[in-house]
Amino acid sequence: MDRRFSVFALAREALRGHAGWAPQWRSPERPQPAYDAVILGGGGHGLATAYYLAKEHRASLGPGRIAVLEKGWIGGGNTGRNTTIIRSNYLFPESAALYDHAVKLWEGLSAELNYNVMFSPRGVLMLAHSHHDVQSGMRHVHANRLAGVDNEWLTPAQCKAFCPPLDTSPAIRYPVLGGALQRRGGVARHDAVAWGYARAASALGVDVIENCEVIGITRDPASGAVTGVETSKGAVRCGRLGVVAAGSTSLVMAMAGLRMPLESFPLQALVSEPVKPVFPCVVMSNTVHAYISQSDKGELVIGAGTDQYPSYSQAGGVQILIHTLEAICEMFPIFRRMRMLRSWGGIVDVTPDRSPIIGLTPVPGLFVNCGWGTGGFKATPGSGHVFAATIARGEPHPIAVPFSLDRFATGRLIDEAAAAAVAH
Amino acid sequence: MLLIRCPWCGDRPEVEFRHAGEAHIARPADPAMLTDAEWAGFLYERANPRGDYRERWRHIHGCGRFFNAQRHTLTDRFAGTYRPGEEPPA
Repeated sequence: MDRRFSVFALAREALRGHAGWAPQWRSPERPQPAYDAVILGGGGHGLATAYYLAKEHRASLGPGRIAVLEKGWIGGGNTGRNTTIIRSNYLFPESAALYDHAVKLWEGLSAELNYNVMFSPRGVLMLAHSHHDVQSGMRHVHANRLAGVDNEWLTPAQCKAFCPPLDTSPAIRYPVLGGALQRRGGVARHDAVAWGYARAASALGVDVIENCEVIGITRDPASGAVTGVETSKGAVRCGRLGVVAAGSTSLVMAMAGLRMPLESFPLQALVSEPVKPVFPCVVMSNTVHAYISQSDKGELVIGAGTDQYPSYSQAGGVQILIHTLEAICEMFPIFRRMRMLRSWGGIVDVTPDRSPIIGLTPVPGLFVNCGWGTGGFKATPGSGHVFAATIARGEPHPIAVPFSLDRFATGRLIDEAAAAAVAH
Repeated sequence: MLLIRCPWCGDRPEVEFRHAGEAHIARPADPAMLTDAEWAGFLYERANPRGDYRERWRHIHGCGRFFNAQRHTLTDRFAGTYRPGEEPPA
C-alpha cells in the first residue's frame, strides 16, 4: 500500500514474479459515519481536491477526516473519457492564471505523487485557416505572453516543420495560414492521473469509497447549512461538502435546492488502430474542428464536438464523428486509410461563458467545482489545488475569486468561448 | 442522429434543425423590477434534468419555424413535439 515506486522496487518485483504488488489505494466498502470534509465525485478533480486538502489543509479541518464518494469507479467517468490535452493558452488573465497554475503543477506531478502520469509536454499547435483566425490567434499569443504564458506564432512552413503530417499546401479548402504553438502544452496519461491521486490521497488517510452514490443532501433546518449526505451506503455526516460532479452537477445541486447556470451535453472522442510514432505533437483547429494527438500506445486520439442538445446518454450522433474525421482527412491526408477502433461519449457540464465555476454557494458548508465543459482535464491539478484551499478556508483561493458562482449575477463573465477548442 | 418530427413538415433528420434551449422560459413581465439575481436566473440558470425535458427546436433548414418538444435526456426519446401555444404531451 504505502510502498514507494522506484527502479529498485521494480527490479525486486521482477525477480519475484510481480507477486508483491498490493492494491494502489484503500477502498473501504462503506463510509465512516462522519467526516470533516466530503468530496462528492471521484474523478481527477475530486481526487486532486482530496489530496491537496489532506496534504496542505488538514490542520484547518479539525481532526482532518476526509472522504471521496464516487458513484461508479475511479477513472470510469470523464477522467477516463477525455483526450488528455494539457495547455494554458487562454485569452483572459483570469483564465491564464488558473490554467497555468495547473500546467506548473503538471510539470512536477509524477514526482509529487510518486506515480508516473506520463506528462509529455510535446507542444500544442492551434491552427489558423482564415484572416480572422490569424488575427484572433495572434491576439491570443500576445495576451498569453503579457500574462506570462508561453505562446508563439508559427508561419505555415514552421507549422509543417513542427508537424510533418500536416498538409500546408494552399490548394486545400481551408489552407493553413499559421498557428499558435504552446511548447509547454502536451498530453498525460488520464487514467494514471486518477489512480495516482487516489493512491496519494489514500496514503494520506483519505477514504476513497467507490460504488457509493449520493442520493440526498441533509441540511440544518435553522441555518440551512450542510450537515451531511444520504448515500446508497447509508448516511454520512460532514461539516463541509465539496461537489465535483461534472456532468451531473445540476442533479446534485438540485438536492440542495439550487439551480445552476449549467447544461450537460454529450462530448465524443475516438481512437484509431495503433501505429508506429507518426504524430509528434498535439494539433487543434477550431475552424474545421480537427483535434488530434497520438497516444504512447500508438493510437491516434481524436476529439469530436458536442452534440447540440443537452443529454445524459453518454452517446452522441455519428454525424459529429464524421464531421471531425472529414477535417482530419483533409488536413492529414496520410491518415485517410486509417481505421478507427473505438468511439465513446462523456457528459460535460457547460457554463454560459465557457469558464468553470469554483467556490462557495448560497448554502453554508456547500462548495462547488464544476462547469469545466469540454476542457477540464488540463486543469486537474490546479483545479484540485485551488478548490481544496477554498474549502479549507471557507473563502475563494485568490486564483478562484473570478470564477465564483455569483459572477452570473454581477455580470463579470469570463468569456472563453474562443479559447475552448471544442465548438459548443 | 435524432429523428425529429417538425409539427409542420413531419419527420426529418436532426441536421435540419437547430436546438434552441430550454422551453417555456418566459421573459419577465416587468424587466425593470428584476434584481441582478433574478436576471441571472432568467438568463443563465437551467433545470438541466436527467429525465423528461421540454426544449425548443427550430427547423432552420426547412420551414424555419420554432416549435417545442419533450424528450427524455437519458434515452433521447421524444415523447412528442408541439407547436407554440399548444399543450405539451402528457
